[in-house]
Amino acid sequence: MSATQTDGADRAMAGKTSIAQCWSCQGPVAQGQSFCPTCQAIQPPGNPEHFAQLAMEPTFDVDLAQLEQNYFRLQRTFHPDSFAAKSAKEQEFSLRHTTNLNDALKTLKSPVLRAEYLLQMRGAPAAGGPEKTVNDEGILMEAMETREALAEADSPSDVEAIVAVAQAGILDCTTDLSVAFADGDLTAASALTLRLTYLFKLDDEAAQRARILSRSA
Amino acid sequence: MAPLQIHEPGKTPLPHAKDQVAVGIDLGTTNTLIAVAREGRPEVLRDQNGHALLPSVVAYTPEGILVGKPARHALLDDPHNVVASVKRLMGRGAEDIRAVAGSLPYDIDTPNDDTGDGMVRLKVGGRSLTPVEISAELLRGVAARAETSLGHKVDRAVITVPAHFDDAARAATKDAARLAEIEVLRLVNEPTAAALAYGLEKGAEGIYAVYDFGGGTFDISVLRLQMGVFQVLATGGDAQLGGDDIDHVIAEHFMQERIASLGASTLSAGEARMALMSARLAKECLTTEVTGNWNLDAGGEQSSHDLDRTTMDRLIGPLVERTIDHCRDVLADAEVSSADIKGVVLVGGSTRVPLVARRVAEFFGSIPLVDIDPDEVVALGAALQAEALTVGSDQLLLDVAPLSLGIETMGGLVEKVVRRNTPVPAAQYQEFTTYQDGQTALMIHVLQGERELVDQNRSLARFELTGIPPMVAGAARVRVTFMVDADGLLTVRAEEATTGVQQEVAVKPSYGLNDKTMAAMLRASLENAQGDMAARLLRESKVEAERIALAVDAALVTDGDLLSDDERTVIDGLLAAMRSAVAGEDRDAVEASAAAINQGTSAFAQKRMDRGIRGALTGVSVSHLAETVDSGAKT
Repeated sequence: MSATQTDGADRAMAGKTSIAQCWSCQGPVAQGQSFCPTCQAIQPPGNPEHFAQLAMEPTFDVDLAQLEQNYFRLQRTFHPDSFAAKSAKEQEFSLRHTTNLNDALKTLKSPVLRAEYLLQMRGAPAAGGPEKTVNDEGILMEAMETREALAEADSPSDVEAIVAVAQAGILDCTTDLSVAFADGDLTAASALTLRLTYLFKLDDEAAQRARILSRSA
Repeated sequence: MAPLQIHEPGKTPLPHAKDQVAVGIDLGTTNTLIAVAREGRPEVLRDQNGHALLPSVVAYTPEGILVGKPARHALLDDPHNVVASVKRLMGRGAEDIRAVAGSLPYDIDTPNDDTGDGMVRLKVGGRSLTPVEISAELLRGVAARAETSLGHKVDRAVITVPAHFDDAARAATKDAARLAEIEVLRLVNEPTAAALAYGLEKGAEGIYAVYDFGGGTFDISVLRLQMGVFQVLATGGDAQLGGDDIDHVIAEHFMQERIASLGASTLSAGEARMALMSARLAKECLTTEVTGNWNLDAGGEQSSHDLDRTTMDRLIGPLVERTIDHCRDVLADAEVSSADIKGVVLVGGSTRVPLVARRVAEFFGSIPLVDIDPDEVVALGAALQAEALTVGSDQLLLDVAPLSLGIETMGGLVEKVVRRNTPVPAAQYQEFTTYQDGQTALMIHVLQGERELVDQNRSLARFELTGIPPMVAGAARVRVTFMVDADGLLTVRAEEATTGVQQEVAVKPSYGLNDKTMAAMLRASLENAQGDMAARLLRESKVEAERIALAVDAALVTDGDLLSDDERTVIDGLLAAMRSAVAGEDRDAVEASAAAINQGTSAFAQKRMDRGIRGALTGVSVSHLAETVDSGAKT
């Protein structure tokens, strides 16, 4: 995402065809087309939303294998390596296209980022509000207790137990999130997204702790 | 008639000098190699004696500049005029080096104030030279070798760099190529290049680790190979850990023994190099032998040193364990375990040390792959990528940023903007604000590294965003965008959101050469620099003219019916004029003919746009008409 891009109005434009001019042959190109139908020149990227960018349905239940397959296919089409022998302008457009692809993949691959992005797309307030403050007491208490347990864990098996708890929690939470999004219950989805953020953080910290323990062992 | 060729959209190859192949260059700490690939088969180019390795040593003698073997011979007799392992200094600042100067076999020059670039300079053969200039000699050396065997000038190359090279070192490598008049098609990370060579030759699929322990750098990368896609999952390492450090440890051991028997004494730079050379010989010998004896000659006194492999393993053990620690971290970053790794590829001369190979095998639980010569594999991969970039191929390299990039915030802390192992190209932004009422400027300090504090990371650049309108503290919204391109090079843009005040820097200034210094170096080293520049500009103009011709041809095929016969004759005439200009050597004529085409086809373009908009309107409801036409007219 670059600073000069405006908010994605592309989806709003879908259904209406508007015509732009190809920078290379000066002919007409339908908006959103990546290559000129007449002279085949690569066009500057618009600002498509992440799901459309990777040709995926906008849902929480993303098929990761499909996502990756689409990503590879599109990278082959747009990667700067395919434009290394072309003009500076074409190289720049290719760079911007692939930068967007990488940004979209990063967002859609991670359950937390994907959930946050979907919430934002559907007009729900960001999880935890703009300040990302945690005001769910249940999560707070749980986080404090587990962190304490993690800090005290001094054998790999203690840490593994915490990792197991975190990973089981991630699995449950993801299932619940999927249901919440399917039901259109954005309040529940928002709360679950916050919980999922915490669980991934815990999993991450536990893994780090495990590494430190295995190193000193 | 030959069948028509159909290319993928947007990828019609440009009429580049087709008979001139692009090369792959492994610009190593110890050796430099050059290779070419034809139809997916890479081959290292050798000198007349069949040697693939050009020792990365440059000698500045009164008779001229020597590169490679002859320079290495001069290393002992004439140490003050010879430079080895210059790669370790690429992109380093004079300040960085002063801290370690005592342990390096270089004569560091006091930085020259009027250049102001803060670059390290070495005193060699009575001159003051930057690592960039010395590296350029190595590139010229291998290019000359390639020109002999290829029969044409080498002017385009893929050059490999350690995955852990920071932004300054990458920029320095590109500068060296520019000095040597070689256009860098891409900087490719060494372990990624090695994986490419393995993947294509062995048809490997699955998750692989590349353990690359060279003369001065260590990289470990984890990649997933599937259906021609080489995706780097994570990379780690240390840009200041290599075989040179092993030599150091052994040399220090010899010195301690010597001091025990002969008493303390100081060594001259030349004698220190001799000690390092003996240590290196000992290391190389003990890869096959279990014991040996070496002599040190200094200040007229000789000392004798026995060394066996067990003792060497004990000495270098801590260095090897550091590499294993990096392996552990990278597996975690890639979110895989050693059991998921299908194979480990060994790259770099230091992997010949038996302890290294053994520890890698133990850690990954599998016998490392050494089917391709560890010294040559990186150059072979670079050649494959050079072919892919110029001729095309089915392979696709997806690499990552090896180090986190961030900016300094209050209290000397670093806020990361791009995290390590982010796939490149990447663009990420972060918003910052002012901390004082009425503050109109913001200092942006760009850093690279993983640590929390500014002082512990590498400073890449500082620049100032000015012209922020006075507001209360915290009201301004400054968006700082980091863009990392496919070479791993960073550009930073800062923009104040409420006013749109904007500033952009390609990150280079801290330790890079500024354009003025660069131009002076080019002039000093090349009599024909002017001519080469003109040739490059002519080539660029021709490429642009060819693109226009192809675009107009395509437009004529699709929309030629919009033109009257007279109009068509005029455009055909302009095209013919441009083609004859492109066939010639006059850049002004090429540009003039291109401008004439642009001018002469503008009415045609307008008719095509009108038709396109009319077509789009078909089936579009009347309420959308106005804005559709409007949007078409704006472009």
